[in-house]
Amino acid sequence: MNWLLTRLFGRLPIGWLQLSHNKGRLFAAVAGVAFANLLVFMQLGIMGALNGSTVAPYSIIEADIILSSQEGNTLTDSEHIARVWMWQALGVAGVAEVSPLYIGNLPFTLADGSSVSLLVFGVNTTQPDFVSETVAPMLSQLLLVNTALLDAGTRGIPAAVFDQLKAGQPFSFEASGETLTAVGTMNIGGGFLADGMMMMSDQTFLRFFPARSSAAPDHILIRVADGVSAETVAARLADVLPALSVRVQTNEAAQAADLSFMSSERPTGIIFGFGVFMGILVGLVIVYQVLSTDVADHLREYATFKAMGYGQPFFLGIIFEEAIVLAVFGFIPGFFASMALYAGLGAVTGLPVTMEASRAILVLFGTLAACSVSGAIATRRLTKADPADLF
Amino acid sequence: MPNAPITVRNLNHYFGKGEARKQAIFDVDLTIERGKLTVLMGPSGSGKTTLLTLIGALRDIQEGSVLLLDQELNGASEGDLAALRRRLGFIFQAHNLHESLTATQNVLMGLEVHGKGDPTRQRVASHHMLNLLGLGDRLDYLPGNLSGGQKQRVAVARALVANPEIVLADEPTAALDKEAGHTVVEMLKTLGQVRGTTTVMVTHDPRILELADRIVTLHDGRIVSDKNSIAD
Repeated sequence: MNWLLTRLFGRLPIGWLQLSHNKGRLFAAVAGVAFANLLVFMQLGIMGALNGSTVAPYSIIEADIILSSQEGNTLTDSEHIARVWMWQALGVAGVAEVSPLYIGNLPFTLADGSSVSLLVFGVNTTQPDFVSETVAPMLSQLLLVNTALLDAGTRGIPAAVFDQLKAGQPFSFEASGETLTAVGTMNIGGGFLADGMMMMSDQTFLRFFPARSSAAPDHILIRVADGVSAETVAARLADVLPALSVRVQTNEAAQAADLSFMSSERPTGIIFGFGVFMGILVGLVIVYQVLSTDVADHLREYATFKAMGYGQPFFLGIIFEEAIVLAVFGFIPGFFASMALYAGLGAVTGLPVTMEASRAILVLFGTLAACSVSGAIATRRLTKADPADLF
Repeated sequence: MPNAPITVRNLNHYFGKGEARKQAIFDVDLTIERGKLTVLMGPSGSGKTTLLTLIGALRDIQEGSVLLLDQELNGASEGDLAALRRRLGFIFQAHNLHESLTATQNVLMGLEVHGKGDPTRQRVASHHMLNLLGLGDRLDYLPGNLSGGQKQRVAVARALVANPEIVLADEPTAALDKEAGHTVVEMLKTLGQVRGTTTVMVTHDPRILELADRIVTLHDGRIVSDKNSIAD
């Protein structure tokens, strides 16, 4: 390490030597930075899961443009929209096909007494173009009333149920006083709103949600004609439809809007964002404390170096060297501990908590930046190193 | 004839502000010749250490002039002062070694201040200096594992390894036994004779007074005597 750093800096690695000389303090500092990293990683992981689960339902629908109520918040947290706008949309140039999408939350109780909440998507089974390629082949099975496709990532349902479904054997259960039969699986995963998802025909949907009307779906899905831009058609639709009640968004814009809403409007997004801030703050304080104590402990040595002719850049270099060592050494255990916790959290909750390379890089550079900021603040103490006091 | 490396004129220095302001140095004039071992003596509080720090560019000159290696210190920038200090060697009463660095690394610090050099040559020079001071078997020891005398010898090696033009020392032999103290002072004398290194030293050690080329005594911030040897 000494050899490597000496080659890297072109001088003795004083910062590293100082840190490694006091192994107890180094361990505590690295543990502190690792803990701060862990906090940030966990908050970002859960935020990522929140974002992932927010846009996950988009993976089972195929639409270029989505019409929604202006009063709705996201795809799964929506208000009803009048179906009449669907017919009007059909008359707009560039619109090839339209389909209603119904969404509801269906709770039911398993045989062992545990309750599961499913987010249900009611779709027109005669329009396979509006569901994903993986789901489309199974859509015909939903023509039978009271049948559904069950999300294999649903929390709380025994694995044996999915094994049974994958083996081609249906699984029936009671919900809202009706018998519902799962005839196949799809893969989405649980989110914050429900334990999992389910897809059924719009007719079955209306049987399980008798208060709902076929005239008021949650969204209207639109496919545009080949060679026509979704943005162009969306603009045309926005001109035709009443802006006060109907929101017109391309699929991508709808996903971006959902993410924005969840991160800035929902308390969960704000709380996790605050958690990230707290993690960074904890890291800043820990590193500042370590570095400023280190500077205070070495004031006489620094004063000696000043007397010898070393300038301010040399001292700043030492402190930033320490900051970088702490950042890198703290990041590594923080990263691996986070990976382990992600795996545990994902297994327990079914949430898509995964370590993304971009997140790891972001946190690494964030840690380097935070440690450098702490180092910059700690350098203020250097002014107390007066070589004249040495005599 | 080359200029004297240290020329002090009408030097006054004060500590404190307002009513608490107290004068420590009074109108000092002093010229120190090249290659000589000059000792500053005087009772505690006489101003000898203050004078040493003023000569060493460690304090701002408030009144008067200090010409150090042909450069005026009064009004010099911090950068200029730091550059000037690189041409000096400081030996402190307390060794002030860096606890995290080995003896060799501490001595290397005296070379690295001059910029990047050949690491192998720098290491050889550091080892040579430590060998001269009898520390050849302690090259990789941390200060915590050295005796007080050994630490002081490492500090001396650090001060001398870059061949400074002037050595400023504050009681350098206080922590050394008779033999080690003699070795250090002999080394400084030899450097003066061979390389023209000028040494200014604050000390009460009679062993050094015998070897001094000049003894300047201060009292209450004023030079009260200036002799060529203790016998004068």
